[in-house]
Amino acid sequence: MNARVDPIPSREGQTAAPAGGEPLDLEAAYRDSHVGEVLESLDRELVGLAPVKSRIRDIAALLLIDKLRRAVGLSSGPPALHMSFTGNPGTGKTTVAMRMAEILHRLGYVRKGHLVAVTRDDLVGQYIGHTAPKTREVLKRAMGGVLFIDEAYYLYRPENERDYGQEAIEILLQVMENQRDDLVVILAGYKDRMETFFRSNPGMSSRIAHHIDFPDYLPEELLAIARLMLQQMQYRLSAPADEALREYIAKRRAQPHFANARSVRNALDRARLRQASRLFERRGAAISRQELETLEEADIRASRVFRG
Amino acid sequence: MRVTQGTFSFLPDLSDAQIAKQIEYCLDKGWAVSVEYTDDPHPRNTYWEMFGTPMFDIRDAAGVMTEVNACRKTFPNHYIKLNAFDSTRGRESLRLSFIIGRPAVEPGFGLVRQEGPGRSVRYTTRAYATERPEGERY
Repeated sequence: MNARVDPIPSREGQTAAPAGGEPLDLEAAYRDSHVGEVLESLDRELVGLAPVKSRIRDIAALLLIDKLRRAVGLSSGPPALHMSFTGNPGTGKTTVAMRMAEILHRLGYVRKGHLVAVTRDDLVGQYIGHTAPKTREVLKRAMGGVLFIDEAYYLYRPENERDYGQEAIEILLQVMENQRDDLVVILAGYKDRMETFFRSNPGMSSRIAHHIDFPDYLPEELLAIARLMLQQMQYRLSAPADEALREYIAKRRAQPHFANARSVRNALDRARLRQASRLFERRGAAISRQELETLEEADIRASRVFRG
Repeated sequence: MRVTQGTFSFLPDLSDAQIAKQIEYCLDKGWAVSVEYTDDPHPRNTYWEMFGTPMFDIRDAAGVMTEVNACRKTFPNHYIKLNAFDSTRGRESLRLSFIIGRPAVEPGFGLVRQEGPGRSVRYTTRAYATERPEGERY
């Protein structure tokens, strides 16, 4: 934990490092921050999401360069790192937000690196005077870490002009502007509704430096995600089951209410149920370890997606 | 007269950066920090008013500092102190407590003598400020 930063940034204590002549060791700074490991695990554990990853890499680079600049006495205020994640359901917004907290912590941008995930209910009160203390309470908790507001567009309800959401937004804006080095705010939500939200709250939009769009997954990526999930749950797919899953994903994508990785997770959970009852049917016979960990073609083909 | 109570009481008042570092220390230890205020600084007055509830779920000093600043804003002329409570089983008491805000003028304490039977004298101290009603003292 050598990346800790004092609660109050101090000007002294920064030794005057080589000015001009000697080149700075970016490689060493990169190694010391251990950000490489985080980016690698990001690559390994998150499938697809190319624009998201490249943006995270940009931010990591910026923060590292910023550190070096500070070391030679080039002053630059802390960059604003508030973000908005937009994308369809199940595209990994929450997962990435969790990672973001860790990355920013590794880079020494946030001091504690915890994530406080909230929705409208946690910020907006039910009667006059209830909202401000509630919002402040959440902000206090998130200090030193990342505040993740899921489905942020619910904060603003244009149909009710006396809605208290506006009050929460104002307090948020104030803290986002004045205490930039104390916390990072990440707003997340579906793309079209977030756009409406930003259009009606231009102050919010302009205070967010990074608008990151999460693309839908391709069928290949969904399959890779499914394999990754199964690996984490210690299951395997038999070869025909793998083929069946590929067909399943293609069919399911075309249906309404498709929620990307979340739909895949649900499908796998149901397949596990079917596998369990299939094995349960033939109780009495010995069950091998291999049978316990393998999902068969039938477990997947039994889905109602194939019937429709 | 400058009232001295709690930890660091014989040091000059801590700056905000120093207070933040102390809070950081408390949070690292897992103690819950709370803010209290009073306008009766008598040393035997152990029950100060709580400013909000103790902060059990705060991870960073900046969160506590917002509460400290809010208290200073509401009570610019009161005594304010910071307590750190250790909830470990068997300990369950304050580990650290120090004054972080005080009135601009502190009139101090007077000695009161009470004549007892047989010419004995009993002594007690009394804050000059408490001669006035609560809320108008400083």
